[in-house]
Amino acid sequence: LAFKYPVNEYPGKVNEVLLGGKNRNTVKLGGQNSLYRFEEPQPNAPVVTFDVFDIPMKGLPRPIKENFEEVMDSPGEWARKAVKEFGADMITLHLIGTDPKVKDKSLKDASKDLEEVLQAVKVPLVIGGSGNPQKDPLVLEMAAEVADGERCLLASANLDLDYQKIARAAVKHNHAVLSWAISDINMQKVLNKALIKEGLTPNDIVMDPTTCALGYGIEFSIDVMTRTRLAALKGEEILQMPMSSGTTNAWGSREAWMKKDEWGPTKYRGPIWEVVTGLTMMLCGVDIFMMLHPLSVKTLKEIGSTLTK
Amino acid sequence: MKATAMDIYKLLPKTNCGKCGDASCMAFATKLSQKEAELSLCTQLTGLEFEKLSKVLAPAVREITIGVGEKAVKIGGDEVLYRYELTYYNPTAIAVDLSDDMDDCAFEEKLNAIETLEFERTGETLTLNAIALRNKSKDAEKFKKASEKLKNSKLPIILCSFDTKAIDESLEILGSKRPLIYAATEKNIDEMSKIALKHNCPLALFVPNNLEKMKELSRKLRNAGVKDIVLDPGTYIGESIGDTMDNFIMIRRLAVEVNDEDFRYPIMAVPAVCWMNPEENEVLTKMKEATTAAALINRYADVMIVHGIDIWELMPILTLRQSLYTDPRKPQSVESKLYEFGTVDENSPVIMSTNFALTYYTVAGDLKSGKVNCYLLVLDTNGKAVDVAVAGGQFNGKAAAKLIKESRIENIVKHRKLIIPGLAASLSGEIEDESGWEVIVGTRDSSEIPAFLAKIW
Ligand code: B12
Ligand code: SF4
Repeated sequence: LAFKYPVNEYPGKVNEVLLGGKNRNTVKLGGQNSLYRFEEPQPNAPVVTFDVFDIPMKGLPRPIKENFEEVMDSPGEWARKAVKEFGADMITLHLIGTDPKVKDKSLKDASKDLEEVLQAVKVPLVIGGSGNPQKDPLVLEMAAEVADGERCLLASANLDLDYQKIARAAVKHNHAVLSWAISDINMQKVLNKALIKEGLTPNDIVMDPTTCALGYGIEFSIDVMTRTRLAALKGEEILQMPMSSGTTNAWGSREAWMKKDEWGPTKYRGPIWEVVTGLTMMLCGVDIFMMLHPLSVKTLKEIGSTLTK
Repeated sequence: MKATAMDIYKLLPKTNCGKCGDASCMAFATKLSQKEAELSLCTQLTGLEFEKLSKVLAPAVREITIGVGEKAVKIGGDEVLYRYELTYYNPTAIAVDLSDDMDDCAFEEKLNAIETLEFERTGETLTLNAIALRNKSKDAEKFKKASEKLKNSKLPIILCSFDTKAIDESLEILGSKRPLIYAATEKNIDEMSKIALKHNCPLALFVPNNLEKMKELSRKLRNAGVKDIVLDPGTYIGESIGDTMDNFIMIRRLAVEVNDEDFRYPIMAVPAVCWMNPEENEVLTKMKEATTAAALINRYADVMIVHGIDIWELMPILTLRQSLYTDPRKPQSVESKLYEFGTVDENSPVIMSTNFALTYYTVAGDLKSGKVNCYLLVLDTNGKAVDVAVAGGQFNGKAAAKLIKESRIENIVKHRKLIIPGLAASLSGEIEDESGWEVIVGTRDSSEIPAFLAKIW
């Protein structure tokens, strides 16, 4: 009996989203027209974007802090170090200091932080708000203008805030938008449609179906991401955007941070928790990873690079 | 390809005699299709009919048992490629290796570590499942001696040697324990299959990175009469991890989608190979091993051999396995009711949490390890965590008040003070209004409850 490789055909294709340009390097996300590399290698390797914050973040777990302690006062220096020393493909600037409950930084102060990072590195940026639904649309609108034409990824639009404002700012200043639904495919479709209605094209959207960390619901994320990617390849256009993972959620797990002698050193537990969370998401089709620890970034990139071969 | 109730019904006697305990053959067929009944319950089948039905009901991946007794472990049995389509069956069995050239002391120590390692998660004790004895010395005599040392171990065993003499002699000692033989290869396949049949043990087939050859040899084993086969297409790491994953995926696809009889067997991975090409230091090697194991658990590995035994390395592997193999059809929840911790009386504190299994067991673990005496009211939030249930509305003032009433806690304690999770702080007003109790907002993390109560109670 002859042996035949089990290769499937897919009517659909994941959109390719371009980030960067103008004054920065470019990266491309997505573009797959198969599920596995033995059917057809991925055109673009998964991308890692390093988290950087606009405030010193004394509360970050020690294994991360010790790599960045001396640059935490300056988001620009922090970003530079992540790119130079740890090979970040991209930088995510989290403007969490803008939250009224954190530092209530003004839009003007936030714009300075953003300028600093734009000057410091040549890689494309993800620009994140604080998670405050009232302020985020204003912060991201400002960011879109400051980074005009640089095709950043604005993070994020969701149904609980004024996503129209974010989408319109992205259209006006040529950026992409992260479309975030919490592990709910129907909600994801509604939001994607709503963003397209505001003028974004399918190539301007990246989806964040939410990453529940290892041991904290990762199986929900596995199911949702797998179903989303399969739907895309089967031809469901509204789900054909590349996917993003907030892999750093892994650091919220007890196993990653809690001191407990019988579990061994947190120094190793934290990074491995981030790696396994990210790796699992990568195998479900995620294209871009927001991460914190140099070792986990390195591991993920190594495995990620094999997907294009 | 899973049989439907109709496919099964067609092959049943259709007399509706009721002997199986179901009112009709159709009802029984439905249960069979959901794996909720055993075929042998129908007493009306001829031998031939039984065989035919067994074949229809066989899962896409053959289910194989390694070991005997209480700790015997089942692998395989899967029906689908993606867990959301149904569920995955039989969690990946994890074995740790012992080599036959270790001195007695080190051998004993590692054996003991393998047997006793455990890690509590959501009310489940996660453990390792098997011992892989490696013929590292390449000396059959030494292998035999080491086999003697496993005579009293209760854990299932994987015997690793390509030397048929070493395997055969070891099986004289351990054969009655139904170990998995690792492995038949192109070179030793005839001899090895005879040994497997002689001792009635499952046999792994190792064919590195060549599925075409694997198909040929798997067929050979089947034709020789070996029923319980495990497939190892080789575990390659680093640059080649992609090849390893490709092979695993293709084997499973061939089993589930193509229904290729030669591939309908469990898959074996050996992340322990990371130690043959170690990284700069041991910690990095262990990370690599854990990463490789995680990748392959995600990619259908049904049984695997690792080398490292550090808890921090095994925790992510055991946790990933537990998560992947939970049944998506069942909510992960505990009973909503009043629980007691320590010794309680009418003055003991009353605290509230949700019935998500992870939340309950985390909180319960903290209360126990902190030696807290208290009542815990567990609210039915449909198996949702605290902040999820607050955001989703299942945790609210009315529901909390109802639980207080129905649990009769008001007849048990004299005070009227309820401590709620810090993440539910926004509900304190509505709970007070609905229940008439005073609400105290507790800490964010339940690990801080003991210290918190010591301070305020
Ligand atoms: C997994 C997850 C889901 C899963 C559900 C899993 C489940 N069964 O609960 C899914 C995907 C279904 C989901 C859905 C939603 N989610 Co959700 N989800 C999460 C996630 C990632 C983890 C939750 C978790 O498992 N926590 C672990 C458990 C053990 O924590 P816990 O129950 O809170 O218990 C701890 C403490 O509360 C405390 N504690 C517990 N009991 C007690 C008692 C006392 C007395 C004390 C003192 C302390 C205490 O100690 C425990 C251990 O640390 C979180 C983000 C995160 N936190 O990381 C978001 C998160 C909770 N989700 C969120 C949201 C918004 C939602 C949705 C509303 C989204 C939507 N719009 O549909 C839905 C709601 C669904 C519903 N309720 O019907 C938000 C909530 C935001 C907010 N605070 O308002 C979060 C924080 C994500 C975010 N950053 O936005 N979610
Ligand atoms: S015992 Fe067999 S024949 Fe009788 S009702 Fe049940 S399935 Fe039908």
